[in-house]
Amino acid sequence: MSLLDVRDVSRHFGSLVAVDHVSFKVEPGELRAVIGPNGAGKTTFFNLISGLFPPSSGSILLDGQDITTVPAHRRVGLGISRTFQITEIFPELTVRDNLLIPVESAAGLRLRPWISRADRVKVADRVQELLESGGLADKAERLAGELSHGDQRATEIMMSLALQPRLLLLDEPTAGMGDQETRDVVRVIRNLHKKEGLSIVLIEHDMRVIFHLADRIMVLAEGAVLADGTPAEIAADERVQAAYLGSAE
Amino acid sequence: MKNLEGRIGTIILWLLLLTAPYWMPLFGGYTGLGTRVLVLALAAMSVNFLLGFTGVLSFGHAAFFGLGAYGAGMTIKYIYASTMLGLAIGVLVGILGAMIIGAMIVRLRGVYFAMVTIAFGQVFYFVAFRWSSLTGGDDGLTGWKRVPLDLGVTQIDILHNDIAFYYLVLVCVAVCSAAMALLLRSPFGRTLLAIRENERRARFLGIPVDKHIWMSFVCSAAFCSVAGALYAYLDNFVDPRAFRWEQSGDFVIMAVLGGMRSFWGPLIGAAVFVVLQDKISSVTDYWMSILGLLFVLAVVFFPRGVLGVVKRKQGL
Repeated sequence: MSLLDVRDVSRHFGSLVAVDHVSFKVEPGELRAVIGPNGAGKTTFFNLISGLFPPSSGSILLDGQDITTVPAHRRVGLGISRTFQITEIFPELTVRDNLLIPVESAAGLRLRPWISRADRVKVADRVQELLESGGLADKAERLAGELSHGDQRATEIMMSLALQPRLLLLDEPTAGMGDQETRDVVRVIRNLHKKEGLSIVLIEHDMRVIFHLADRIMVLAEGAVLADGTPAEIAADERVQAAYLGSAE
Repeated sequence: MKNLEGRIGTIILWLLLLTAPYWMPLFGGYTGLGTRVLVLALAAMSVNFLLGFTGVLSFGHAAFFGLGAYGAGMTIKYIYASTMLGLAIGVLVGILGAMIIGAMIVRLRGVYFAMVTIAFGQVFYFVAFRWSSLTGGDDGLTGWKRVPLDLGVTQIDILHNDIAFYYLVLVCVAVCSAAMALLLRSPFGRTLLAIRENERRARFLGIPVDKHIWMSFVCSAAFCSVAGALYAYLDNFVDPRAFRWEQSGDFVIMAVLGGMRSFWGPLIGAAVFVVLQDKISSVTDYWMSILGLLFVLAVVFFPRGVLGVVKRKQGL
């Protein structure tokens, strides 16, 4: 059974069709990329999967369970977590607190008006682990809003991982990054995919990143699926070259 | 816990509060004035629990202040003459009101939330104003008095002894502020900070944002109704102005004046507000214009409030 099964989903905003009858599957352990020109509906598609708003038609299944109308915060509990195109973190809290909040949320402690010593230790250990794997350990006590762009992106990815997702949605994780930072993020993503077997869907503009990482690529244009296949198939597809790759040159 | 200066500051603050009835007269103050500062400070801190630590502006907390005040006064007048029972019932009524109102408005954000809270506050004002057979209407609820505390072995005469009453209020403020501080340091409190910082991120970390705002609203209103009940005891009197939107506005002014990101800021704001009111209003009726000017200056030059400035100077 597919981990994520998006069936014939559309989303209209007034007369604008942002996502037009898209079907899409993610198998467990797969790294999927979604590409397309600006305005192709990629982020809207992510918003539908993560539950920011419901689709106008169609259905979304996670592990065969229909989640089309499940609100965003409960989808997190079911294992979907995401990052945003424009970094969404807690700027006036320390990096450590930025990670502590999702760790506590994932541990089901979020309604607790108190915390036991044992829980506190367990949670702090997990936060430390995340800080280290994100390369943020030496910046843990700084305010997240003061970090460099790259470190803020890393913080956001670590926040999403703190939720121990089964499906991670990354919206342009390398946007606005220099070459070195891009390579660092690509390494982090590849590790998550290869070593931990995490299922990932990635929106990306940087072709090198995508052809490096993705198992399969879906191309969106004007909200509809233009092509869906392996990187080799997509690179050879004439319609994709005409509509997207060609126009980028 | 984070820094020594903060801890020392808190200790000094408590020493000052504990000894206030003895040093205030030296500076032209009196015990009743100190009690008033404490009561309004508690209300301002409760508003700031929501404003500074959840990022939600309520302009209608006078509703819960008034419910606490009338709940306490009417309990003593009509049901049973006990200070503690009055306090308990006042707070219960305030919590109940907040649960119902909160459930209706929790989906609103920003200025819409603020506007609707004003409207709800005014509803209570007009009820208290019109239902004069029960509330005394415009003349206020009179003909009752706070009752000495009976501890079994001994009595504490908070009715005639102003200093004893001051310490009762101080105990209530201490209990409430400890409860607020513990809540804010808990996992639940961190979810509130998360909502303040970035609501969308909070939701996508699995936090049911509306539910947590509702809970924060109810907690905040509970503390505000404690303040309301104590406010009624202060002069053994409540009138409908306790419900009015100006009263809500005063709480917000105190919180912003003192610094909404700091825990004790609203207490400083309340002290400045009450002392100015007391000192300047005896000289001129236009004391509000002076306070207004101060408020504008504070917002323009010290957007983090009085305590925010002190903290920045220390490089914290």
